[in-house]
Amino acid sequence: MPSTAGRRLLVATMAVGLLVIYLPLAVVLVNSFNSSRTFSWPPRHFTTHWWSQAWGSAGARSALRVSIEAGLGATAIALVLGTMAAFAVSRYRWFGRDGVSLLLLLPIALPGIVTGIALNNAFRLVGVPFGLLTIIVGHSTFCIVLVYNNALARLRRMGSSLEEASADLGAGIWQTFRYVTFPMLRSALFAGGLLAFALSFDEIIVTTFTSAPGVQTLPLWIFANLFRPNQGPVVNVVAAVLVLLSIVPVWLAQRVSGEPVGARR
Amino acid sequence: MTTVATKTSTAPELSRARSTSAWLHRHPSARLLGLLSLPGLWLVVAYLGSLAVMLIAAFWATNDFTGAVEHRTTLDNFRALVTQPVYRRVALRSLGVAALVTLVDTLIALPMAYYMAKVASPRVRRLLVVAVLTPLWASYLVKAYAWRVMFAKGGVVDWLLSPVGGHGPGFGLRATVITLSYLWLPFMVLPVFAGLERIPDALLEASADQGARPLRTFRSVVLPLLFPALLAGSIFTFSLSLGDYITVKIVGGASQLASNVIYDNITTGGNLPFASAAAFFPIIVMVGYLLAVRRAGALDDL
Repeated sequence: MPSTAGRRLLVATMAVGLLVIYLPLAVVLVNSFNSSRTFSWPPRHFTTHWWSQAWGSAGARSALRVSIEAGLGATAIALVLGTMAAFAVSRYRWFGRDGVSLLLLLPIALPGIVTGIALNNAFRLVGVPFGLLTIIVGHSTFCIVLVYNNALARLRRMGSSLEEASADLGAGIWQTFRYVTFPMLRSALFAGGLLAFALSFDEIIVTTFTSAPGVQTLPLWIFANLFRPNQGPVVNVVAAVLVLLSIVPVWLAQRVSGEPVGARR
Repeated sequence: MTTVATKTSTAPELSRARSTSAWLHRHPSARLLGLLSLPGLWLVVAYLGSLAVMLIAAFWATNDFTGAVEHRTTLDNFRALVTQPVYRRVALRSLGVAALVTLVDTLIALPMAYYMAKVASPRVRRLLVVAVLTPLWASYLVKAYAWRVMFAKGGVVDWLLSPVGGHGPGFGLRATVITLSYLWLPFMVLPVFAGLERIPDALLEASADQGARPLRTFRSVVLPLLFPALLAGSIFTFSLSLGDYITVKIVGGASQLASNVIYDNITTGGNLPFASAAAFFPIIVMVGYLLAVRRAGALDDL
């Protein structure tokens, strides 16, 4: 245990740390009500004009829709492939099993730009037209590992004795999966799916290289409008909305698992 | 439960499902093959295949006049990257930024994680973990944008520093380092916190009983035990900084980092072979870093 002075110093560091963590987010929220178009501080007048303008912004709306569609598509693929891979690794012994985790981790561990241009080049070679589909393919590639990690940990912890008991009692493999394995796996899949959706919703680098000119996700839309002064207020509002929305997954994960979120990434 | 299942399915459907199930039950290797088919096709064929093609493309040439890719093997791209001083400067700058961000995050994460793990009460600890982790879910782009707002001329940082006669750093490398440190801080706090929680309090008390002052205990007992956790955190802070080109575009002014070279060659240059060659730099650095860290046994801490 540190001395009293040391303890005070630690408390102070913690407080300053938290202040610095939340100050920029708070500034974004306040700025969305700032009547001025510049970033000069402190703001002089309050307005909700930008919020109504953002509500009517066609670009932001269609970007939001693309983001949600891409996130749902990528999460669905990641759930299926990640669960399959987790079963193959946890329930069977085979040559090359130890390499699976590393292979799945690679799309996250390598810089996004590497994955991005590799996929971009491959789509060109094969002749796949760029659009929502290519965005989903790109996102699922790095989302699989999130579902896989969660499902694998759960499958290992619950062991296979209940599945064997179910088979002994005459259940076929589909029945065993549906009534024994899946219910025990559900919350792990939910956590993995939540992480996958959040990561997909936030991704910009791989998306840059897999999207088409007319198909923008929300991060792409923000980035495209970031440097345009007359779009500034609307970008402020969209940013503020995203800051507020980030509480949703935290709340959901707390309710489902009771564990601090992101504890395993 | 099973009665529910039999009621909902029609007879021929059910028998087909049953016979597949029975056949699969007798052939575990077929089950395994089925499970591996889709993930294998996706990751090995599609993903590793694309990576391989890109890496091979680094050895291709581009026509000087048309810019078209020519499929003949050459080392020209790598030669240009190694010999031209501008690329060496950008590479060194990127390594410097990544190292500095890692250092800043370590220095901030250590006291914060120490307070969370060893000083705060269990209730406060839970709250603090949530408080530190919640911003992880906020959009990366929005956080970088928030710092653009903070660092803007006459913005919050200028306003905060004006009473003491100072002003913010403006857009540039310093702003980039601060923003990147902010973005990746939770990735450092988390493993360090977990590492500290694993160190029994008895060790710290024993050290104090032997007459060590707190700082000495920290240096001689805590730090050596914490080293793998620090390395694990540094993988994130280092690799995420090295691969970043968005933050530096938002708050970096005219500064360029290694990933910007890759990005610009693809988007404005359309020069895939050169961009692929440039992509070797972060790949080699990261693989080397991961191997070094694995030797120190920090990969188990992820």
